[in-house]
Amino acid sequence: MLAKRIIPCLDVKDGRVVKGTNFEGLRDMADPVEMARFYNASGADELVFYDITASVEGRRLFTDILRQTASEIFIPLTVGGGIRSLEDFDRVLKCGADKVSVNSGAIADPGLIAAAAKKYGDQCVVLSMDVKRVEGQFRLFAKGGREDTGIDAMDWAVKGVAAGAGEIVLNSIDTDGVKAGFDLEMLDALASRVGVPIIASGGAGNREHFAELFTHPGIDAGLAASIFHTKQVDIRELKRYLRAQGVETRI
Amino acid sequence: MIGIVDYGVGNLFSLSSSLRALGLAAEITGDTQRLRQADRLILPGVGAFGDARAKLDAAGLAEVIREEAAKKPLLGICLGMQLLFDRSFEYGEHPGLGLVPGDVAPLRADLADPALKVPHMGWNSLDVLGDDPLFRYFETGEYVYYVHSFYAKNCAASTLGTSQYGNVSVTGAVRQGNAWGVQFHPEKSGDAGLRLLKAFGEL
Repeated sequence: MLAKRIIPCLDVKDGRVVKGTNFEGLRDMADPVEMARFYNASGADELVFYDITASVEGRRLFTDILRQTASEIFIPLTVGGGIRSLEDFDRVLKCGADKVSVNSGAIADPGLIAAAAKKYGDQCVVLSMDVKRVEGQFRLFAKGGREDTGIDAMDWAVKGVAAGAGEIVLNSIDTDGVKAGFDLEMLDALASRVGVPIIASGGAGNREHFAELFTHPGIDAGLAASIFHTKQVDIRELKRYLRAQGVETRI
Repeated sequence: MIGIVDYGVGNLFSLSSSLRALGLAAEITGDTQRLRQADRLILPGVGAFGDARAKLDAAGLAEVIREEAAKKPLLGICLGMQLLFDRSFEYGEHPGLGLVPGDVAPLRADLADPALKVPHMGWNSLDVLGDDPLFRYFETGEYVYYVHSFYAKNCAASTLGTSQYGNVSVTGAVRQGNAWGVQFHPEKSGDAGLRLLKAFGEL
């Protein structure tokens, strides 16, 4: 059967990996290529690169970092941040990305997912969503979690999958950075609505949180940043622990 | 030199990078002369079967691949493996290259559990059957990376490896003569995938 995936996320700004708490208070951590090598060697199943500021400041991704990483690391690589057009897809795919994650770009242009899925295939298009509880609703946020769109996030996910998104990254703003566990309620709500793989993001603080996450059968992968970057959780040890808990992992 | 068949389908960045990392000379080309001069061929592919077959034909490559596969090792990857078969039932019926006996059919139709997701996407362990040189550096049970919605069936005699997905034994690797095929992406399967490509370079 498919192994549950463990995915470190590298939030890149000005060529450096950063990770803040609730998207604020960024602090510099490391060189993305070095970190990608480290994660590849420690058993990461996939890597995600996000340009976290792109949707606000219109920054272009640092494609040379991507190209360098992709030319020496042979696990799936997802790239997001500032993806607004097919030209943006093309740019990162040519630099070695396997999947492209769209967030604000798909909100601004709802036709983007369908156009990209038609051109590159569903498996290439990842719908990334920043979601927060507002007035009893799971509300979709745009622009790095700063803008309430007023859209119901679960309806948005269903539409995205119908348009051709092959995978969803659900980032809960409510649990992001808090390190008290993934937002299982929000994730279950999503799993009940879509049939594509779901990557859980936001809230991982320790290895037990991953074990708890994978007791929910609709969840395929767990994504985290700071706990891996600070080596608070070692991926290889995490995967051994999960396997001992009965979770299938690639070791 | 390994000739990577370029017919406008899929992203060849990782494949060429992984061959380079292994020190294997490779050239991405759609030129029939260059492909005939290569000492082995890789047929990559992502996307729809019918479209890919049409592109191979339009570029005059289907016949070249068939002829060259009689003389030297050929490795089909993902859709490139599916193209080796007799035919595919992906949105209609399309003829394949006929190098490996068998069919390509939708995975969903054979999965008993509707909760299992399609595409079959992610890392699955590959059970290697028998003793083929392609798996010289690969241990049975190692994980490989898959992304596909259709799979090869009715090909038991050619099957070199399988991965279990629910009730379905997914054909992971096949061989018929000089034609090898892998449904997973060795260029995305970490160290295990690199070792498989290294073995291909030595066939």
